[in-house]
Amino acid sequence: MAGGGKVTFDWAYTLDILPALLNALVVTIQATLAGMALALILGLLWAVLRRSPQPAVRLPAAGLVAFIRSTPLLVQIYFLFFVLPGAGVVLSPFLTGVIALGLHYSAYTAEVYRAGIEAVPKGQWEAARALNLSPGHTWRAVILPQALPPVIPALGNYLVAMFKDSPLLAAITVTELLQTAKLIGAETFRYLEPLTLVGILFLIISLLASRLVHHLERRYGTV
Amino acid sequence: MPPPFDLLPPLLDGARVTLVLTAGGIAVAGPAALTGGLARLSRRRWLRAASLVYVDLFRGTSALVQLFWAYFALPLLGIRLGAMTVGILVLGLNIGAYGAEVVRGAVRAVPQVQREAGRALGFSDRQILWRVVLPQALPAMLPPLGNLSIELLKSTALVSLITLADLTFQGQALRAATLRSTEIFALVLLLYFLTAQTMSWGMRRLESRVGRWRAVAR
Repeated sequence: MAGGGKVTFDWAYTLDILPALLNALVVTIQATLAGMALALILGLLWAVLRRSPQPAVRLPAAGLVAFIRSTPLLVQIYFLFFVLPGAGVVLSPFLTGVIALGLHYSAYTAEVYRAGIEAVPKGQWEAARALNLSPGHTWRAVILPQALPPVIPALGNYLVAMFKDSPLLAAITVTELLQTAKLIGAETFRYLEPLTLVGILFLIISLLASRLVHHLERRYGTV
Repeated sequence: MPPPFDLLPPLLDGARVTLVLTAGGIAVAGPAALTGGLARLSRRRWLRAASLVYVDLFRGTSALVQLFWAYFALPLLGIRLGAMTVGILVLGLNIGAYGAEVVRGAVRAVPQVQREAGRALGFSDRQILWRVVLPQALPAMLPPLGNLSIELLKSTALVSLITLADLTFQGQALRAATLRSTEIFALVLLLYFLTAQTMSWGMRRLESRVGRWRAVAR
């Protein structure tokens, strides 16, 4: 079988390995949701910092976002995985991966938030100032409630994108979907069924999720 | 800490592979995006269906899963390709699927009357496409396609996981040999960043070139 010519798809074997892959899918989904939570928070932080009147705040935030966006996620994952322990920060591979995903995608969510914030009419800022609201109060009570709903669909697209990038965590031994498929393949010398199943699982979930995002777009509109 | 110049030669060797992959990927992605995007707008049902399957298949699954599938699973079905071929084809087709949506959107945005005017002037379908529709769609396509080519550059890092000695792979190999993780990965990130900046500078120049006729026409 191994090393030979053609192999046919083995359905019994496929059923055998399905439970292990579904378990790994849970890890994939956990990593994605945790990473997205981080990306939502950090992205908002970058977006708000980028609107600061202080250049010393605004410019580093803009530079960081540009740098994260134009370097590969995989290298960022390696950077965190191999450099943080040297700085005394020892995290599990899973947590490192979640931070890398969250940090990487925060650069994208920051742009999304920015579009939403810029779409809030200038008069809203002026009105808040006329009412003598503090900057914090203005953001919380006036700007964000108007800026956030229209960007929900765009954020949803990045959730799907992050889900599809989560297999990169396999590179630092997180036993998510792809890593599990690799381990099964290495054990049995059959990569066809596990990898095909992984592809199908990704396809099903991202198509469903994209459908959901499309639904959100109709409900909230787009920026 | 001495300046890490000794690390540069192996990293630049890797960067060369990264550039070849990016260029090859763009050469695959461009035609794939154009074909896929136009096929989605075709009158023929089977062409629309084929394009939809292509776009959904590549956009719906993960690029890394696609690479692994083509490198580890495809040979079991009797199709053996080298790592470089797999890298260029898979990454090109992957980004091409995203590009197809860009092409579709830009072509659809060209007003219908332009096509009717072309027909009234006796242009063939092919002439309408190449002389009327695409030249007008191109300026709208270029910025998102430029972003996609940077996504492609970044996605080439994935080929290090199917044994290709690209920039990321060389960084990993150096780290294993020297344990100077901070310097190595900082340099690797910097090299990617500079490449991406150069590419986006080039794209901006291309955009202003392609958009120039509009300024004249108006």
